[in-house]
Amino acid sequence: MDFGNILVNAFGELISPTTAAYALAALGLAVHFGYSGLLNFGQAGFMAVGAYGFAISTLTFNAPLPVAVLVAMLASVVFAIVLGIPTLRLRTDYLAIVTIAAAEIIRYVVTTNDLTEVTGSANGLAAFEGGFYALNPFPAGTYNIGPLAMNERNFWIRVVGWSVVILACLTVWLLMRSPWGRVLKGIREDENAVRALGKNVYAYKMQALVIGGILGSLAGMVFTLPRGAVQPANYATELTFFLYTCLLLGGMATVLGPVIGAMMFWVVLSLTQGILYGAIESGAITFLTNTQAGQLRYILVGIALMLLMVFRPQGVLGNKKELAFA
Amino acid sequence: MIAALFSVLLAVLLSAPSAQASTQPPVRAMNSAVPATVQAEEFQDRISGVLRGVDGPIADVTITATGNGFEGETTSGENGFWSIGVPEQGSYEVEVDEDTLPEGITLAEGQENPRTVTFAGTSNATTLFLFGEGIVAQGGTFWDTLAERALAGFSFGLLLALSAVGLSLIFGTTGLTNFAHGEMVTLGAVLTFGFAALGLPAPVAIVLAVIGGGVLGYVQDAGLWKPLRNRGTGLVPMMIVSIGLALALRYIIQFNFGGATTQLPGSQGEILNLGALSISRNNLNSLIVSLVVILLVAFLLLKTRIGKATRAVADNPALAAASGIDVDRVIRIVWVIGGMLAALGGILWAYYRPGVSFNMGQQILLLIFAGVVLGGLGTVFGALIGSIIVGLFVEISTLWLEADLKYVGALLIMILVLLFRPQGILGRRERIG
Repeated sequence: MDFGNILVNAFGELISPTTAAYALAALGLAVHFGYSGLLNFGQAGFMAVGAYGFAISTLTFNAPLPVAVLVAMLASVVFAIVLGIPTLRLRTDYLAIVTIAAAEIIRYVVTTNDLTEVTGSANGLAAFEGGFYALNPFPAGTYNIGPLAMNERNFWIRVVGWSVVILACLTVWLLMRSPWGRVLKGIREDENAVRALGKNVYAYKMQALVIGGILGSLAGMVFTLPRGAVQPANYATELTFFLYTCLLLGGMATVLGPVIGAMMFWVVLSLTQGILYGAIESGAITFLTNTQAGQLRYILVGIALMLLMVFRPQGVLGNKKELAFA
Repeated sequence: MIAALFSVLLAVLLSAPSAQASTQPPVRAMNSAVPATVQAEEFQDRISGVLRGVDGPIADVTITATGNGFEGETTSGENGFWSIGVPEQGSYEVEVDEDTLPEGITLAEGQENPRTVTFAGTSNATTLFLFGEGIVAQGGTFWDTLAERALAGFSFGLLLALSAVGLSLIFGTTGLTNFAHGEMVTLGAVLTFGFAALGLPAPVAIVLAVIGGGVLGYVQDAGLWKPLRNRGTGLVPMMIVSIGLALALRYIIQFNFGGATTQLPGSQGEILNLGALSISRNNLNSLIVSLVVILLVAFLLLKTRIGKATRAVADNPALAAASGIDVDRVIRIVWVIGGMLAALGGILWAYYRPGVSFNMGQQILLLIFAGVVLGGLGTVFGALIGSIIVGLFVEISTLWLEADLKYVGALLIMILVLLFRPQGILGRRERIG
């Protein structure tokens, strides 16, 4: 077993664009769930809206990159408003069921054969990332980050992805220490008390849903750009559940929690994969196939989510007093 | 305690023989190097077959073969014969374009399309697509089709109702929105497959699987939910715990069962003609079984002591406890019954699809939720009515919608109902906000 290699791979996950995308989407969930108490189970849908909004406006309408990004963000705003209207007045579990259903509706619609011309149905869309790499200021060559070497394209997507994460963290941090953020936390603690102070609770919840949704759509774009393809199977409900695992790992009502949670999630997955595969190859483990080892990791994710929720709901960074539920 | 739960689960599941043939169909090559209009004569190796319906050969149907970076297309001839030349032996995905089938002819139930065809050392691989007997609509009037879809939808709705009633009972008595209910549905089908693979006759396997579902319900409540209730865990954390449980159970099932879709014994049932309507024997059986079981549950709830106690707990747990009802015992029974109903629903769902796979429960979980929400969260008869509406809507919408969109309509209806009547059809206003 090559431990050096396993560690390098784990480090690669730490700074990979997928981790950045998970961090962004989990940050959106922190705005929804951690700060406002909105149980959004449709973050995968917001990511899909972002990814498809970007890809379709680039491919079908030949939009330049800034327009495509704007369209994707606007689409997620519309999605958030459409979702919010029927559900924000209802109890949390209704919001959960409606958001998860809406995310699945998005996935079914982009998968249907009727729309193959626009969405590529189950195969998805590809070759929309040209505009993004055309902006790459780094000359061709090899770039090193720690022990990792990569070409200019991979370097560029990491720089952009993590810059977006840092900007988003700053924005959320500023928002949450503003009076607006305090009202939001008030709503989480006691909706009726805030209403008694004359605040429009519904509008605040809607704004929170929109902001978290925009973060989700940005995450969708960061997720899809390095792959060069957007496929509906990537945006199933499990994605949302993994994001919740990241959020709960880090701490749900914190700014850095989701980022650290996403990093931990991917590093642990990478380490367990490396160790399990290594052990299988060297013959130390004979009762598992490689496929089963992959599934075993996700069994552990499910158990970790349960144990976290039961024994340490505030996560690594969180404060137990600041939970969305009493 | 949680570890104990999983060790029991693992033991149960490991005893099921693993169907570790995870040969998922290869992903279609996105940019095929060879244009689709390649002449079949260019290659030695070919995939071929004959399309033949009840009335004779079927001509002018488009068939495509994809795989190994190649994409070929052909149409069937006057005698129904078709063949596609391919550059090399290997696995190809072969698909009949169902849009090009003549009016009134569809593939028989259980016919995989697209399907994977693999060369077995010869230069010719054949595959036969069977076309439905009796599905050829006589006259094919709109009302006949509508009635047939409605009958199928009723059968589907009732099997959804089995799971939905369990979910609604659990919600009513404990307040938990259980996202792991889909895995309880899957378990019923997987256990039936496992017991049948051990050589047990199908009815015995089904009964054992339903009992297994009850055991899972019991173990879940005893090992996980009761301790959480005793800790005073809130409803939202419990919902997230149920998501973790759903993920863990789904991958435990896949770990043991594999990613392939398998068939239960007797899944290729005959088609019965009832006057102008035709329905497969399995669907009819499923309809009768679910109707009987639901009537039985309704009788239990309305007439027996334990049923009355259940409704009392659902109404107000504190008051029920004060009047001498053992709330924990009622909840335990509700979990066992919920698990058994879910398992039975899963078995019927495996015959309806048809096929058993590790994520089959997840596929209908949202439809079950839709049924429960439509009827009103926590109301048992609401769940029944809501599920039937969802089932009818899913099947009837295929008259106008592409089949791959049929679940979308049901989910949209659920969102619309929440907009205008958030408490659902039978729900009470106080439950919602």
